[in-house]
Amino acid sequence: MAAHGDDLKETQGAKDWVGRSIPRFEDAALLAGRGHYLDDLGVPPGTLEAAILRSPHAHAEIEAIDCTAAKAADGIFAVVTGADVKALTSSLVVGVKAGIECWPIAVDRVRYVGEPLAIVVAADRYRAEDALDLIEVRYRPLPAVVDPLAAAAPDAPVLHPRVNGNVIGERVFRYGDPDTAFAAAAYRVRVDVRYPRNSCTPIETYGVIAEYDPAEGAYDVLANFQGPFSLHPVMARALKVPGNRFRLRTPPDSGGSFGVKQAIFPYIVLIAVAARIAGRPVKWIEDRLEHLAGSVSATNRVTTLEAAVDSDGRIAALAWDQLEDCGAHLRAPEPATLYRMHGNLTGAYDIRHVKVRNRVVLTNKTPTGLNRGFGGPQVYYPLERLVQRIAIELKLDPLEVIRRNLVPAKAMPYRTATGALLDSGDFAATVEAAISDGQLDALQARCDAARAAGKHYGIGFAAVVEPSVSNMGYITTPLTPEERRRAGPKNGAQSTATVSLDPLGAVSVQVASTPQGQGHRTVLAQVIADALGLKPQDVRVTTEVDTAKDGWSIASGNYSSRFAPAVAGAARIAGLQLRDRLARIAAAQLNVPAAEIVFADGRVGARSNPNNAISFSRIAAAGHWAPGTIASEIGQTIRETVFWTPPQLTAPNEADEVNSSLCHGFIFDFCGVEIDPTSGAVCLDRYVTMHDCGRILHPAMVAGQINGGFAHALGAALYEEYAYAADGSFLSGTFADYLVPTTMEVPEPIILHRESPSPFTPLGAKGVGEGNCMSTPVCIANAIADALGLAEIDLPATPSKLAAYIHPPETARAGRPQPVARPGGGERVLFGEGRAQVNAAPDQVWRMLLDPATLEAVVPGAHGIEKISDTHFRALVTLGIGPVKGRYRADIELSDLDPPRAVTLTGSAEGALGLGRGSGRVKLEPDAANRTVVSYQYEAAIGGKVASVGGRLLDGAAKLVIAQFFTALAAHAGGGRQRTGVIGRVLRLLRRKP
Amino acid sequence: MKPAAFDYVRAENIEEALDVLRRDGADARILAGGQSLVPMLSMRLAKPRVVIDIMHLPGLKRIESGSGVIRVGAAVRQHELERQADLASQQPLLAAALPWIGHAQTRNRGTVCGSVAHADPSAELPLVLIALGGEIELRSRRRSRRVPAATFFAGMMSTDRKDDELVEAVRFPAARSGTGYAFREIGRRHGDFAIVACAAVVDAVTARLAVGGVADRPVARKLPLPGDPALEDALDAFAWDLDARDDLHATATYRRQLVRRLGRRTLEEAARCRA
Amino acid sequence: MPRLNAGSLHRVSFKLNGRMVSGQAQSRMLLSDFIRHVLGATGTHVGCEHGVCGACTVQIDGVPARSCLTLAVQAEGTEIRTVEGLAPAPDRLSPLQNAFRDNYGLQCGFCTPGILMSLDALLRDRPDAAEPEIREFLSGHLCRCTGYGSIVKAALDAARKLREERDRA
Repeated sequence: MAAHGDDLKETQGAKDWVGRSIPRFEDAALLAGRGHYLDDLGVPPGTLEAAILRSPHAHAEIEAIDCTAAKAADGIFAVVTGADVKALTSSLVVGVKAGIECWPIAVDRVRYVGEPLAIVVAADRYRAEDALDLIEVRYRPLPAVVDPLAAAAPDAPVLHPRVNGNVIGERVFRYGDPDTAFAAAAYRVRVDVRYPRNSCTPIETYGVIAEYDPAEGAYDVLANFQGPFSLHPVMARALKVPGNRFRLRTPPDSGGSFGVKQAIFPYIVLIAVAARIAGRPVKWIEDRLEHLAGSVSATNRVTTLEAAVDSDGRIAALAWDQLEDCGAHLRAPEPATLYRMHGNLTGAYDIRHVKVRNRVVLTNKTPTGLNRGFGGPQVYYPLERLVQRIAIELKLDPLEVIRRNLVPAKAMPYRTATGALLDSGDFAATVEAAISDGQLDALQARCDAARAAGKHYGIGFAAVVEPSVSNMGYITTPLTPEERRRAGPKNGAQSTATVSLDPLGAVSVQVASTPQGQGHRTVLAQVIADALGLKPQDVRVTTEVDTAKDGWSIASGNYSSRFAPAVAGAARIAGLQLRDRLARIAAAQLNVPAAEIVFADGRVGARSNPNNAISFSRIAAAGHWAPGTIASEIGQTIRETVFWTPPQLTAPNEADEVNSSLCHGFIFDFCGVEIDPTSGAVCLDRYVTMHDCGRILHPAMVAGQINGGFAHALGAALYEEYAYAADGSFLSGTFADYLVPTTMEVPEPIILHRESPSPFTPLGAKGVGEGNCMSTPVCIANAIADALGLAEIDLPATPSKLAAYIHPPETARAGRPQPVARPGGGERVLFGEGRAQVNAAPDQVWRMLLDPATLEAVVPGAHGIEKISDTHFRALVTLGIGPVKGRYRADIELSDLDPPRAVTLTGSAEGALGLGRGSGRVKLEPDAANRTVVSYQYEAAIGGKVASVGGRLLDGAAKLVIAQFFTALAAHAGGGRQRTGVIGRVLRLLRRKP
Repeated sequence: MKPAAFDYVRAENIEEALDVLRRDGADARILAGGQSLVPMLSMRLAKPRVVIDIMHLPGLKRIESGSGVIRVGAAVRQHELERQADLASQQPLLAAALPWIGHAQTRNRGTVCGSVAHADPSAELPLVLIALGGEIELRSRRRSRRVPAATFFAGMMSTDRKDDELVEAVRFPAARSGTGYAFREIGRRHGDFAIVACAAVVDAVTARLAVGGVADRPVARKLPLPGDPALEDALDAFAWDLDARDDLHATATYRRQLVRRLGRRTLEEAARCRA
Repeated sequence: MPRLNAGSLHRVSFKLNGRMVSGQAQSRMLLSDFIRHVLGATGTHVGCEHGVCGACTVQIDGVPARSCLTLAVQAEGTEIRTVEGLAPAPDRLSPLQNAFRDNYGLQCGFCTPGILMSLDALLRDRPDAAEPEIREFLSGHLCRCTGYGSIVKAALDAARKLREERDRA
């Protein structure tokens, strides 16, 4: 068919869509409030809603769960406990053969605050939560351990009795000859790091809609799961169905994930079982309190990293000792956080000798999982801190130390000592470009001027290799070569894309990439538009996954920044393959060789003669309308599905070398910080980040990923921490205490680019989503260390911590004992003291303390005291502070009796709002008129919901409640008028009805 | 996080509200702006039997200035007071402190009296009330009474309000001539609860510093004037007496250091503002 | 007004984006749930349900407010605007929305409706708002995707375009 006089432009590379920032197709709907996130979607008629009862204890045996009242409540369809789940499922697969199981719900024991205990299925979420309040659980608390070193010690409380201790697996690796290198080293430099726990907390929480078909014995689940779909078989196995009876679908839109929506998978199992038991579809939308306590977090890690260094600062060898804290369960895919970076333990540096000792330990904290950066922050923090220490201890310029160790450009592709193949990059040139384009000189001058003016100013650096596209085989690295041989090889990363043509000749693309805001639908449209000579708006992309209908594999999903290198790459291959076949059809029709066919501007024609062309849609529709006209060797041209796995992703070899990722970007950052001398707050004065992420597919989106990663990293460095008390109480339970940075805290970094395309990916692109999570925390820490002259610094670098280095030490108050600092960091024992005057003689007061009738009158809000023995009482107590009121079961014991002078009262209280444990020494002293001065000193620990949501108020609460008790005692005995301060006011409170 | 069930009354006149309070007492909660109460309901920390919405009582919506007092009714939202014409000259401490309360979006709904009745230890409005020596008007079916701020705030989220009483209004003393006022706050992020907040009132002969966020309620104390060498020790004593505690966000030591430094700066600023 | 009983459903009516709407709610129902699930306007999102993240921000009687901190019954008789009311037509976007698209001010889009409602009010009341004021006004909104820079750029761009539009008129 002759063209209609349109010019056919030369398109070989002239006007590619890839590489340009076009407006995103996703945006119009999202901006108009027409997004389709999971909770926006319709549900099947009859769908019920679930609420989950979660443990307030960090570690306890479950003695009994009584769901009778809950089951009988209005609108309740089912109450599911661990026993019910266990009857219908198998344990989730555990990554390391360790003899432990991993259930998605507590069965006999709870092991972290927030662990699910029971699921209520009701007509709506409001009523489901009403029923949660009616479930009675009797716990036998066990000692908890939250510190990884303490958990690894031989006397630690053990979480999984079937295992010997909490350390799951120890693995040592050796590459090259590290021992000789260390022996010969001119210097040994070492850092000890405790990397904290944090999580990327997307604004949308988990959502699951599950249905069970008893006739088919099949589950159908819609959930905002992000992959990797290697967890599909884990879920199917747990649900005891073959993979083809576990249909997993994802919604069109997801409100952010950053790795976090990988760990929704145990909840998928739970809600699926709940649907089966209830006999109706069940929907569960996680709330924020659940999310913070019970979803997932990144690992915290204790690391010792030592370097063998020559006097020029060249690092000859590294010795890593990593203790990885995976929380209460070794939940799949852990210990992946530890092994994702295994090939990159030498970072950006050319170091041939490496020794690694890895241990995984379990603690009474949330189980860990994927999180943006996934293992990178935990590796680069010690490594780049070490580089700064080398510079300081050897009195070298930190930039020189970096330069001298960088992998040289001519070595690319470079095989690291531990097995990764760095695909491309000129690290040295990139560093120099960053220094000049980023104006390091000017920053240095700024620093000098600030210091001259007496300010605390510092500059820090970080050089990081950012891996992307994980090798699914890396998870077998901790196995021995023998174990790997027995189990069979695991390797590769199958990415898939399908390009289809419809009867009107329009193009659709499907991928299993589950985006959560990364603009996949736009970028893929650009990629396919380039391949087929179309405009991006002519290409429609769907990214929802349906495991029953779509092409997918275990690597499917959106994690390890695999979209640009792998998914978009697979799409390009599919587009080109389809194009080749269409070209052969066009060649036959236009009577030119296939190599002469050009696709441009929606037309397919001869390169030499622009008028000899056909519209793309016509050629594209041919496969539907006239398949008989297509030569059989061309095949069908309706749909092209490509599975692409890069050959470089080989299984770990006999020497435990593993190419853990396909592509490696390079990042070099430097920044200047100033620390406020009054508040200790860090002001990030200037931050320069240079990225080489290979070929850039969409510059504005790359900038978006870098800015987003930077903000996450800034949070990790300065604001965010998953904080636990020593008894495992979870303290950062709301967004008021887990501090996500806002517009006021996040400055804009200066972003620079270089492009070293990857030879291993179809588009030359590398991943870019995680890099700053790896580089920024340590870059900021290095700058702070520089500003304050610190040899050690642990994150988050809060003002309170930093001010301690700036303010001169306090002088203790004369005549007043300074509150004793509790040992062992992270303790949160509340302590206090007080006194009350009671108008009765000490022995009278003594008798009152031991008399249950008195106690009933005196314990605030007590109703029903049960005497277990002369020195042991139980009571039901209603306690209130302001509007916060709850019922508690209290247990009080008296010990160390020294009648009538002193006694120790030990008590615990437990209720829906929280739990408290305390002990106090009470002394009774007669005064001149033989009245009694009751003085007490107490220690208390408070956990549960009130600790999670109101941590900063707990001290005041404990003080108030304990004061209430002693004042009531005084009042009961007919106390006199002299009251001091708070106690007097509290007494007035008590005159109100409880 | 959904609230437990409660009855709801939208009071049309104040007697109606007071009747419910008298009847349901401690099982009733007043709902004004809801910015503090509603999350407590959602988290089921509070489970009242009935909630009384007072935002439609016309008598409670007024801001009245006169006789050296700014009287703010219980239905006045924080942003209404913030936007009050010439608030900065009527009472600079209020103008300085109001923008620190939460965020614009919560100030659009939260009320002045609600924050005072809630008595969070780090809240700005109770701190300002204590610094200025203001008063709270309480009303029940039995009686109306006025309570000085120092007596009203009893402890953490605990006030002198009886179960059958409504905070009908609060009274902030207006700026006095020859007196300087200053407010400073340090928190972790913009809009967060104060780690330490300071409000200073300085005239020719007295300096008064009120500190919030440290003790279980805001505390005010007369201190030596800025420039007096005795101020340093007095600030130090004040810092210790506030009985600071460690928590997730700051150590007790840090809080004391801020009381010393921020307290001094705030007093000095108030002294400078005396012009 | 009669005491609304805890266990019953009550009729709640208000103006939503200029139209009268009505639905049934218990007195404990949050406005965010009422808007999303009773009225079916799912553009307003729930991110924390305790008033910190700002995703649920709507306009109540002209001012941005957190719908998760409001009971549905409190909204009786008010005028509420949500993100669905911003676009001038089903197939067009407002200048503010366009500015967000032009400046890549969103990635996952979950926090975006709340931010748009705050900015819509701010730029109406303070058309000359510059960056510091915009940043402060948006400090009550959490975003985990963008790092906020592109959001602020979009807001400034929108402010400029709205001023130009106003000057032309």
